Amino acid sequence: MAKAKVEEGKKIKKSHEDKIFDTVTYILLGFFMLIVLYPLYFIVIASFSDPYAVLTGKTALLPKGLNVKSYVRIFQEDTIWRGYLNSILYTTTGTLLNVTLTMMIAYPLSRKYFSGRKTIMTILLITMYFSGGLIPTYILVNKLNLRDTFWVMIVLGAISVYNVIVARTFLESNISSELEEAAQIDGCSQFRFFGYMVVPLSKAIIAVLVLYYAVGHWNDYMRGLIYLDKPEKYPLQMVIRSILIQTQMIEKDTIDIEELNAQMKLAEAMKYGVMIVSSVPVLLLYPFIQKYFIKGVMIGSVKG
Amino acid sequence: MKGKNEVSLARNSRSKRFKKTFQRDIQLYLLCVPALIFVFIFNYGPMYGVQIAFRDFSAGKGIWGSPWVGLAHFRRFFNSPQFKTVLKNTLGISFYSLLAGFPFPIIIALLLNQTQNMRFKKTVQTVIYAPHFISVVVLCSMITLFLSPNTGIVNNMLAKLGFEKVFFMAKPELFYDIFVWSGIWQNTGWNTVIYIAALSAINPELYEAAKIDGATRFQTIINIDLPSILPTIVILFIMRTGRFMDVGFQKAFLLQNPLNITASEIISTYVYKVGLIDAQFSYSTAIGLFNTVVNIILILTVNGISRRLSETSLW
Repeated sequence: MAKAKVEEGKKIKKSHEDKIFDTVTYILLGFFMLIVLYPLYFIVIASFSDPYAVLTGKTALLPKGLNVKSYVRIFQEDTIWRGYLNSILYTTTGTLLNVTLTMMIAYPLSRKYFSGRKTIMTILLITMYFSGGLIPTYILVNKLNLRDTFWVMIVLGAISVYNVIVARTFLESNISSELEEAAQIDGCSQFRFFGYMVVPLSKAIIAVLVLYYAVGHWNDYMRGLIYLDKPEKYPLQMVIRSILIQTQMIEKDTIDIEELNAQMKLAEAMKYGVMIVSSVPVLLLYPFIQKYFIKGVMIGSVKG
Repeated sequence: MKGKNEVSLARNSRSKRFKKTFQRDIQLYLLCVPALIFVFIFNYGPMYGVQIAFRDFSAGKGIWGSPWVGLAHFRRFFNSPQFKTVLKNTLGISFYSLLAGFPFPIIIALLLNQTQNMRFKKTVQTVIYAPHFISVVVLCSMITLFLSPNTGIVNNMLAKLGFEKVFFMAKPELFYDIFVWSGIWQNTGWNTVIYIAALSAINPELYEAAKIDGATRFQTIINIDLPSILPTIVILFIMRTGRFMDVGFQKAFLLQNPLNITASEIISTYVYKVGLIDAQFSYSTAIGLFNTVVNIILILTVNGISRRLSETSLW
């Protein structure tokens, strides 16, 4: 009897301790979530608010003077449209090439019996740790007459070795050797097997690869900065960057205060909206992106 | 005589075997060819070109025609006044972000793993992963806007609370903090994914057993969760060290301004400036090569240490 009571007391004490732990966990996670969320939330409400209220800090929690003027202004900006179009072109073409090449090389590498497996893998892995660097690449691109062309945005970094490893790991466990043997007995060549069996069975990993590469292309700034000269070829990231720099220059220029104020308000109104507009494709696809990016990490981590 | 024959026979049969497997795998080899062409041109091509670090490259003479100068460019870099600055900033930012940024994802993942309320867990995850997908340009714009001296939200709040306004981006002494903590804001959530994956692989029987033994949540974390994900932690640590000298070029470049340059100039932005703005191709390549070599030495060292200590290694 007494023993049972002690047990019970212990249990209550334990669950009490756990309850405190639970509460602390929820508070910490909730707090962290708010820290992450607030800046994103602020951009959204600022983009819909009256610029003056934003500039004077009156939109810290709620939007003020709701309007879509900054968006109207953004959509009048030709450079943004052009940047959008360019980025869509770079992203779709680039991703198509990336995914095709990655799947084509990942499949042979996933076959245990493939005699070139080790050598080719080593060739790829070396590039992960050693690279020629900026200038040798730049000289090469110049020599191939690729600078300031559409193609430089596509062919550089055509495959990511990490993605090849992820795809290879997936194919190792999802395309069985029995299936392959059965196809071979039926007289199916390796090419046909790849095209008619492997690719249709790999939809999940292809989705992962598409999103990995596409987000990479969409968000890339460096390639355009280094290899493009003509503004009409600039991807969206470069366009929005230049919009931001422009406004910074206006901030510094203090000649006519009235004029400056008007200009600044207009420019300021655009900034937050520009950030949203440039992220729209990623935002729209976020549920898929989240799901498949996580899938990619899971597949990749089996190896690591 | 006999031995020699055997050797040549063996060699013969090996090359025959290779021929046979090659014939068998020919279509597989062909599938690899397109990707390999790109890799050879755009990855191995520049590796060949890296020799200009030891030459005095001029575009007219080409790579082969330019004269050898040995280690002159490296010596010049080590003796230049910028060497100390860029090395200090690169190492400083990297070390700081490793030290400050590495533990957070582990803690958050452990806490998420303990939450029983699935809806709360999903919501937190959806929110904290989001910044990972924001482009560097947008992130840096956010930083500059929020910290803007007169109109930024941070300074507006400071002013409201009665503090002086601070021109954050103009202060070199604040640059490391801004760089590192914005990175933590952006990546902590996403970096939990791999730990959560590792945690989900833990055998549920272990938790059952711990429950029966009367372990508290906290004890479960210390005695089951942490040891289980330790190999993952070690591997990620090694991989992170391999990128020790790769402080994000884009981010440093986009946050730079003439006022904070003493703290924001890192090796990669310096390579860019020397190479593409000043067109000193050989000198810039030498600096870049120095960076790569240090990286390789670091990853080999850490991998070796870890293999000896914990039997966890990349190779």
